[in-house]
This record gives sequence, C-alpha cells and structure tokens, in this order.
Amino acid sequence: MTTTTATPVLQARGLVKKYGNVTAINGADFDLYPGEVLAVVGDNGAGKSSLIKALAGALIPDQGEILMNGEKMNFRNTRDARAAGIETVYQDLAVIPALDIATNVFLGREVRRKGIMGSVFRRLDMPRMRSEASGHLADLKIGIKSVNQAVETLSGGQRQGVAVVRAAAFGRGVIIMDEPTAALGVKESGQVIDLIRSIRDRGIPVVLISHDMPHVFEVSDRIHVHRLGQRAGVIDPRERSMSEVVALMTGAERPSEAEQAGGVR
Amino acid sequence: MFNRNKARSLRIGAVLLAGSVAFTLAGCSGSSSGGSSGGSGGNVKVGLITKTDSNPYFVKLREAAQAEADKKGATLVALAGAFDGDNEGQVAAIENLVSQGVKGILITPNSSSGILTAIKSARDAGVVVIALDTATDPEDAVDATYATDNKAAGVTQGKWVKATLGSTAPALVMLDGTPGGTVDTFRHDGFLEGFGTTEGSSEIVGQENTNGDQTKAQTAMENLLQRAPGVNALYTINEPAAAGAYEAIKAAGKTDQVTIGSIDGSCTGVANVKSGIIGATVMQFPAKMAEQGVDAVVTYAADGTKPSGFNDTGSQLITDKPVTGLDSKDTTWGAENCWG
Amino acid sequence: MTSTTAGLTGRDLSRARVSRILREPLLGPLAALIVAIIIFSVISQTFLNPYNLSLILQQSVVVGILAVGQTLIILTSGIDLSIGSVAVLGTIVMAQVSGGGNPILALGATFVVCVVLGAVNGGLVTLLRLPPFIVTLGTFTAIQAATRLLAGSQTYQVPDGVLTFLGTSFRIGTFATTYGVVAMLFVYLIVWYALSQTAWGKHVYAVGGNVTASKLSGIKSNRTLFSVYLVTGVIAAIAAWAALGRIPNADPNAYQNANLETITAVVIGGTSLFGGRGSVIGTLIGTLIVGVLRNGLTQAGVDSLYQNIATGILVIVAVTVDQFARRRSA
Repeated sequence: MTTTTATPVLQARGLVKKYGNVTAINGADFDLYPGEVLAVVGDNGAGKSSLIKALAGALIPDQGEILMNGEKMNFRNTRDARAAGIETVYQDLAVIPALDIATNVFLGREVRRKGIMGSVFRRLDMPRMRSEASGHLADLKIGIKSVNQAVETLSGGQRQGVAVVRAAAFGRGVIIMDEPTAALGVKESGQVIDLIRSIRDRGIPVVLISHDMPHVFEVSDRIHVHRLGQRAGVIDPRERSMSEVVALMTGAERPSEAEQAGGVR
Repeated sequence: MFNRNKARSLRIGAVLLAGSVAFTLAGCSGSSSGGSSGGSGGNVKVGLITKTDSNPYFVKLREAAQAEADKKGATLVALAGAFDGDNEGQVAAIENLVSQGVKGILITPNSSSGILTAIKSARDAGVVVIALDTATDPEDAVDATYATDNKAAGVTQGKWVKATLGSTAPALVMLDGTPGGTVDTFRHDGFLEGFGTTEGSSEIVGQENTNGDQTKAQTAMENLLQRAPGVNALYTINEPAAAGAYEAIKAAGKTDQVTIGSIDGSCTGVANVKSGIIGATVMQFPAKMAEQGVDAVVTYAADGTKPSGFNDTGSQLITDKPVTGLDSKDTTWGAENCWG
Repeated sequence: MTSTTAGLTGRDLSRARVSRILREPLLGPLAALIVAIIIFSVISQTFLNPYNLSLILQQSVVVGILAVGQTLIILTSGIDLSIGSVAVLGTIVMAQVSGGGNPILALGATFVVCVVLGAVNGGLVTLLRLPPFIVTLGTFTAIQAATRLLAGSQTYQVPDGVLTFLGTSFRIGTFATTYGVVAMLFVYLIVWYALSQTAWGKHVYAVGGNVTASKLSGIKSNRTLFSVYLVTGVIAAIAAWAALGRIPNADPNAYQNANLETITAVVIGGTSLFGGRGSVIGTLIGTLIVGVLRNGLTQAGVDSLYQNIATGILVIVAVTVDQFARRRSA
C-alpha cells in the first residue's frame, strides 16, 4: 500500500447484511477518494448492488460502519444519505415521465418563491428552477431544447442525462451511478460516459456500477472488484486487462496482496 | 425533438371527442322524433320522469304515455332517475324540463319529500305537476295524483293470504322493499290491516328489506327460513321479490307450507300466479296512470283546466284460488291486462 | 424546432409556450364541450339562455366538487369508490347534528367525519398497502350501510340557514347563480393552484406517475398519498354542504351513482386512470360536458336512456384517447 494522505470521501468498513440465511454483504470494505471515478464490478449476485444500497441509505447494514470524510454516518434512509451529499442515479431511470424536466431536476427539493407567496402560499419559483435546470443541463453539455418539456418526450439517453443532472446539481459529495448505460444504445452510452467525465472534472467523485467493461476501462480511475459479498480487491485499470478483471470477478484469478489491501492510489 | 406524435394524437382525440358528441346527438334526436308527428294541439310538450329506466313497470308507464301523447299530438320527453331512490337526478330532470318549456310534468317521485322544492319551482313557473304511481308527502304538493291506492292493494293482499290460511295459526314473514319508501309503507301497513294483525305482533316471525330485487329476496328468504322454519304466510313487496322467495322456499322443500301474496300485476307475475309460484297478486294499472296524466296535461294546455286530488287508478286481485268475499279475476284475465 | 441549445432565449420561451398549448391535453375535452354547446344552441331554442346555463352549473355542483377529490386520488393512480357515500353520510350527520339547533356545530361535525373517513381510506392504502380500489369498495359498502343505520332509513328536512347557504342564489347582471357554484369554482381554483404551483402538487403527480422513482427522489410518498385522502375527505364535506344547499333534504339514498359519475367526469376531462397525468381543469370541463349533455339532450327532447348512451360513448372515447397518448409517449 502506498502512503496516502487523502481521506476517503466515502468509506465503508466491515459491512454485513443478512437476509435470513442469505448473506448479501459479508464484511465488505469500500473506499472512494476525492476527484476519482471508481468503478464497482462484480458478477451477478456478488452483492455489489446491496453494497451500493447501503452506501446510498437504501438499506441499513447489520454491522460495520460508513464514513464520509472520516466522519461516521448513520443513514436510516435515502434522504439521510442525500442530506449528507450522496446522490444516486438508478438504472431504472428514476424520473417521472409525465413531469417536465425542471420539475424532475428539482423533485423533492423544490424552491419556493421569496416572501409571502412562498412562505404562506407555498408557491414554487418555477422560473428560477427552470433557469437553474437549464443552466445545469448546459454545464454538462446536455442538448435539450426546453426544460418545460415532459421527460417522456426525451430519448433514453436524454432521460438518463436529466437523472444525472439532478444528481450533479445537488451532489456536493458523491454521485453513485447504478448501471447508467444498461438501457442505452451505443451513442447514448457515449454521452453518459462524457457526462461522468464532466462531473469528475467538476471535482465530484463518481461511483460507477457497470457490467460494461469497455466503459469501465474508458472512464474509471480505479476498479473495485466485488466478489462473494466482499471487496476482492481494487485494481488499477492501467495495470490490468479486461480479461484479467473478469477472471478476478469470477475467482479464476486472485488479486495481488496490494490489490486486496485496497489497491494503489 | 418536439413530440409531434403526441400533439397529433391529442388533436385526433379532440376530433374524436367532438365527433362522438355530434354523432350521438344526431342519433338521439332521430330516435325521439316519434312524438312530434301529427301534432294538432300546438305541440304540447309533456315531461315524464320515472323512478328508473330499468323496471318494466316504468317501461309500461312510459310506453303508455308515449302512445297517449302520440294520439293527442303532444311531445313526450321521458326522463328517469339513475337508480331507485335517485332524488337528485329527478330534481335535475324537473329543472331541465321546466327550462325547456314543458306544459306539464308527470313524475313518479323517488323521494316523496326531497322532490318538493323542485316541484314547487316548477309549479311557480306555470307547469302543471302530476304525481304518478307514488304520492308526494304532503300529497297536495302536486296538482294531482294518479296512482294505485297502495294501502287498499295491501289490504287486498292481506285479506287473501289470511283467508287462504283459514284457521291455521299464522306465522308471517314480510319481505319489504326499500325502508322508508312511501309505497312500501302503504303496502306494508295495508297488508297488516287486511291480514288482521299489527306491527310487532308475535304472528310476524320475520322481516327483511329486499329493495324489490329478486336475488336479494331469495337470499333474505333463505336466511329467514333458517330462523323461522315454521313460516306459512308471506308478504312480498312485489313479484320479483315473491319469485326470489319462492326459489328459497322450494329449495327448502316447503312450497306446500307457505302461502305467498304479492302486488304488481306484471305479466311475469301473472304467469307465476298461473304456475302456482305466487298464490295471488294484486294488479296495478300503470298504463291508466300514464294515459290519464298525459290527458290532464293536454287538457290543461288547451283550456287551462288543472287536474286535482288523488285519483285511484284501481287495483285488481288476480288468483286462480279465489276466496269467498274477495273480488278476484283469474290468470287468463290477468294475462290479458298485465303490463311488462 | 431543431435547436438543441440548452440556454433559453425569450423567443424560445414563447415558442415553448405555444408548443405547450398545442399539446395541451385539455384541447380534446374543451373542443368537445364547445362543439356540444354549439350543437345544442342550434337544435334547441331554450338551451342558450342564462337561466338554463345557470341550471347546468347548479346541477353540476355536487358531482363537480366531488370530482376534484376523485381527480386527486386518480392522479396518485388510485381510485375512490367511496367518495359519494362519504358525502352522503356527511349530509346525514349535518342534518342530525343540526337537529340540536347549532348549524355551525353540524357543519364542523361533518368536516370531522368526512376527514376521518378520508384518513381511514388513506391509512388502509398507505399503511397496509392495500389497493385503493378494494379499500374504497369496502369502505363504500360499509359507509353506505352506516349511513342508512344512522338515518334510520329516513330523510331529513334541513331548515334554511347556514346549512343551505350554498343554495342561496344571487345575480350577476341577468345571470342568476348560487353560492354553491361559486364554492365549486373556488374548490377547483384552490386545488388547481395546489397541484400546479406547489411542491405538494408536484409530489402528487410524481407519486402517481412512478412511486419508486418518487421515493428515490426523496419524496415521502406515503405522506403525500395520505394527505391526498385527507384533502379528499375535506372536499367530500364541502360537497355534502353543497348538496344540502341544492336539495335541503338529507337522504341516505342520494348520490348512489356519484362515485362513478365523478370517475366519468375525471376520465372525460383527460386525466389518466393510470395516474400521474391530468388536471382538475380537465375535470371541470368533463363535469360540464356531462352536465351540458344531460341538460342539452333534455332540451332537445331526448329520453334519458339515450343520454346515458351518449355519456357512455364519451367515456370510452376519452379512455381511448388516453391510451393512445400513453402508447405514443411510452
């Protein structure tokens, strides 16, 4: 292990989650450092989605701890995680099709008007939300004509873009993306990969859960390999090939000691 | 980019919606033209508001009114409550008929008191209002009433059942209609009077509300037979209730034990009397009510003479098992004069 | 419209506004209403006069108010089969409590009863996660029976005063209408505002459109859902009040079809039965279409059975349009 002074933005130690006899997370560790894209890969059933849910507050682990910037966290639900700065983009496109883009971007944290209209009459500041939403879209170079249009009028890639914008607009700490390209075509996947880069370039670390090895290798700085409910190791995509990673995922090959210990930085 | 497909589909939708309105209107106005032909009396408009559209009794009433209107050269607009007891629908119907400029309204009120305000407004607007079949409460809220004397009909039913029982100690079950209904109350009370007993008497071994519905009556009777297996006399609010009760009695194997009386005089009911399902029924004459009602409105339109008071359109006991001292007709006569 | 810049100029905004109007789902119902009014004005001399138009509004008041609640529930992809029976129970409570001589107390009691019943529906739907159709079918049956028990199957005349206030008429020029009509329009206005201008409204749409996505967005979906049932209870109480204004006679057998009539108005108004899509303005138009049809067809001398056929066809067409629009946008 190389010496590193940076504190992980998001860290987990010894997470355990059991459902009856089934162990979904079996003492998993996790480290995400500032400004990086960390890919999480693993075979189906390896428990990576349970791990991500624990980090996003969607499930409460039986044991172990989650830390943000070295501080211990106690997420009871996704709201808590969001409040701490963890935004998650789910693979099933967590947007509301019939609502417009601006409303979707601000869903759950709407901005009210100033003064009595806002405090007493609870009126939303739609012009402000619209202009902020289109600003965020422009920042991430997502070409959408009008934030007034319903999300259902968008293509799959654009919808994913809206979901990402929502996360990026509010993600002060971490953005987790769960299979963001799984439902998309080649061109749209490319757009999402570009998005991930733009987010990282703005200094926000990204956790990318993906099955798509070329994408993983294209965009990630480090790769967390998950196996049997644990972190098998963290590898450097410049040192390992795709087939090696697949071998690590399936257990055909064992990671090096350094990799097992949490990898290089 | 812009969702042109959706916009188009919605525009198509608009056209469809609008088109269907136009289409239905065209279809409907064609169907109602029957009344306006051969008009002589300055095309008098008569409104008819029945309790519902579904009951064959009201269908007969409507058909007779239509025929009479055609004969007199008047136009009939037939409306109805949406369900048994729908007062609000009848209020709206009265308002719409008045707004349209009818000369008179014939109504079988669903609510004898809830309808009063609307009737008053109509009469204030110069429309003659006639209650058919069911009186209002108070009765003089309308200009006139053409109806069966339901109490008398109940009395007749009660007398026949009692006479048929003879000297056997009565064990009476009463299958009522809708609780609180005016007609229901009259028939119920009339029956008790004719039967020679009173409310709360130990001779009454069971009572249940059926809404005049065959299925409900059957269920009710099934349950009552469990509680009172010795029942030998049965009052029913109408013939469907009697038919439903009979099914339950038959299933219990007690058809010989129970004497069933009923009221209405529908063709199905008369056929049931003929085949022995119902012992006797008391026939009403809805056609008479409708005809006399339409005539009264036409007369009013012609010379301003308003009808008044309660006009009994009569009732007739129909049975193939006559008893002495009670005027009755057989089912052959019944089949010729029945309704529905 | 091929520009893909994210920034919006003023011209883009106005264009967006035009295009929004063009794909306005209210277009269909509104066109149908206008066509119906034009046709009736042509075929009946009595249709288009102020007295008659006022009648249509007055006849629409009770179902129109209830339809607002139904819209809210349907927007959450639920359905409320009990809404009419809650209002009817409300009228009976109002009549019976006012027998004690205090109409304000009676009004208050009605609001409490209706809101409690809304809470029962909402609680069963949110806490026990039961389907709204089944829950409200159950409460409908129970409430209807309870109403008859409470009323002793009698009707109650209500004295003129506070309880019949919404039946009081007033004039605007030659147009006479009732406070009930004003109350109805007020209910529509408030709920329209809440749905379109507040976060609560957006959450109602979100929960109805995609409940999982709403939860993931941090919306307290159960709380939103429950609040919708509470609001519907309040609306049912207002409808009960308006019902006594219209007919000052509390009748346990009244408004048996109101549950279905509200659904009719909502569907004709373009609100999707699948939830998350629609508006109360559409419902107002839907209510008026039903009212105009019933009144206009009577003016045209059409019997009531044919009127029902007309309404039935409209419902089917409206649902077809909804399906059509959904498939296109899926």
